[in-house]
Amino acid sequence: MDIAYLIETVIKVVVVLLIFSALAGIGTYFERKVLAFMQRRLGPMYVGPFGLLQVAADGVKLFTKEDIIPSNVVPNIFKIAPVITAATAFMAAAAIPFLPQFTLFGYTVHPIVADINIGILYILGIMGVGLYGPLLGGMASANKFSLLSAARGAAVFISYEVVTGLSILAPIMMVGSLSLIDFNAYQAGGIGDWIIWSQPVAFILFWIAAFAETGRTPFHLIANDHEIIDGFGTEYSGMRWGLFFIGEYANMFFISFIIPLLFLGGYGDGSLLGALGLLAKMSFFFFFFLWTRAAWPDVRPDQLMWLCWKVLMPIAVINIVITGLVMMF
Amino acid sequence: MHNEQFNNRNVSDNGYYLVDIEDYPTDNWGRFKRVIKRTFRGELFVGLWVVLREMIKFDIHTVQYPQEKMPIGPRYRAVHEMKRLWESGTERCIGCGLCEKICISNCIRMDTKIDENSRKEVTEYSINLGRCIFCGYCAEVCPELAIVHGGRYENASDQREHFVLFEDMLTPIDALKAGKQLEFEGFGAITPHEDERVKKTPLSY
Ligand code: SF4
Ligand code: SF4
Repeated sequence: MDIAYLIETVIKVVVVLLIFSALAGIGTYFERKVLAFMQRRLGPMYVGPFGLLQVAADGVKLFTKEDIIPSNVVPNIFKIAPVITAATAFMAAAAIPFLPQFTLFGYTVHPIVADINIGILYILGIMGVGLYGPLLGGMASANKFSLLSAARGAAVFISYEVVTGLSILAPIMMVGSLSLIDFNAYQAGGIGDWIIWSQPVAFILFWIAAFAETGRTPFHLIANDHEIIDGFGTEYSGMRWGLFFIGEYANMFFISFIIPLLFLGGYGDGSLLGALGLLAKMSFFFFFFLWTRAAWPDVRPDQLMWLCWKVLMPIAVINIVITGLVMMF
Repeated sequence: MHNEQFNNRNVSDNGYYLVDIEDYPTDNWGRFKRVIKRTFRGELFVGLWVVLREMIKFDIHTVQYPQEKMPIGPRYRAVHEMKRLWESGTERCIGCGLCEKICISNCIRMDTKIDENSRKEVTEYSINLGRCIFCGYCAEVCPELAIVHGGRYENASDQREHFVLFEDMLTPIDALKAGKQLEFEGFGAITPHEDERVKKTPLSY
C-alpha cells in the first residue's frame, strides 16, 4: 500500500463526508419545500433568497444549542447513540460508486472509497448496525415513549432486513458478484440490460424495504407522529439530535444511489451522460421519498409486520426459487 | 344566504345518503380476495397523483403575514378610532362622557373643559387597551359616531397596561382631506340606505 493510495483514500473519505453532510442539510430544505408545495404552502421563505439559507440557520441553531444530558439517562450510551447512526450511514457509503471513474489532471480517479468484493453485503451489514443508534438512544433515554419507539424501530428494522436481503439475493445470483461495480458492468449495455426487466419483483421488494430501512413514511414508525413526540429522539437536543437527522438524510441519499446501481443500470457505460443519468435516477428516488411523505399515511406496526412476514418475505423466497430454476435450465 | 336549510332538522330529505360499505369478509378466502383487490386497485397512485398535481399547479395559499394581510371585516372590533366631521374637519367628539360612563371595564378616562367659545372641549382622553374587552358599547352609545372601532388588531404590548390617546385615535387631518376616513359599519353605526327609511314625524298628535 503506497502513500499515494493512502492520500487518495483519505481525500475521498473527506470529500464524501463533506458532500453528504452538506447534502443532508440541503435535503431537509428540499423536503420542506416539496412538502410545502404539495400542500399548497410556500415553505421556508425568509432566510436568504427563497429561504435557501434556512439550512445554515438551522445548522447554527443546532451547533450552538445547549447539549442537555437528562439526569436519569445512562450517560455514555446516551451520548454515543447519535454518533452510531451518523457514522454507520457514512461508513456504508464507502462501498458505493457515486460516479464512473474519470481522469483529473492525468490522474484516474475512482469515485468509490473502497471497491471491496463484498460491497452489497458490507452496505447491508453496516446499515443494519445503524439500528443501534435509535435502539440504544431510546433505551438509554429513561423515557417510556423513547423506549417504545426504539422497540418498534428495532422490530421494523430486523423484519425488513430479511426482505432486503432476500429480495437482493436473486439479482446477486444473476450477476454472480457482490461488488456494485460488477453490478454496474453487468448492466452497462444499455436500458435493455437493466436488472429491473429481469427482476421486477425484486426491485419492488427492495424499494419497499428501503422505506423501512430509512424509516420514512409510510413506515415512519421509529418516530411516531401519533404520539406527538419525536420517538427515540425526544430527550435529545442540539447537535446530538442533529446527528440523528444527518444520519437519516444521508441514509436516504445512499439508498437512493444503491437502488439505481442495483436495478437501473447505475452509471451505464461510464460516459458523462451515464454519470448524469445516475444522478438523475438518484434524484428521482430521493424525490420519491419526499413525495410519499406528502401523499401516504403511515401504516400500523402490526400491519407492517403482517406485510413483511406474510406477504413480502414469501414473495421474495418464491422469486429466488424461480430465478434459481430459470438459471438452472 | 337563507336559513331554511339550517332550520329544517329533518335530515332524511336533505340529500343525505348512507355510504355504500361492503360487508367485512368473514372467512380467510374473503380476506385474501380483499387483500388482492386492494393491492392492485392502485389507490396509492391516486394519492401520489393528487399531491403531484397540486405541486405542478402551484396554487399557493400562503399569506406571508407581516408583509401581506388578509382583508378584515368592516364590523370587526379592534383598536378604537376617533372620527372627524367630514365638512369642517374638527373632531366629532363633544365630550359628553357617555362612553366613559358605559364602559363596562372602566378603561376609558377623559377630562373636559369649557373653552373660550364656551364649547366643551376634550383635554384628556385615553383608553387602557389592557383592560378593554372590545365589547363595542362605547361605539354604540356615542351619539356623534365619534368613537368607533378600527381594523388595527396588532395591539400586542410588553406590559399589561398600555394606552391609546385621543390624538393617536383621531383621523389625521390629511387623511380626512384625502377622503380616506372610513365610516364604521358595526353596531351603533348608521345602517345603509338610512335616508330612505327615515319618516317625517307626524305633527298631528
Ligand atoms: S370596547 Fe367596551 S371595554 Fe373597550 S372601551 Fe369600549 S366600552 Fe370599554
Ligand atoms: S360618547 Fe362619543 S361624543 Fe361622547 S365623549 Fe365619548 S367619544 Fe365623545
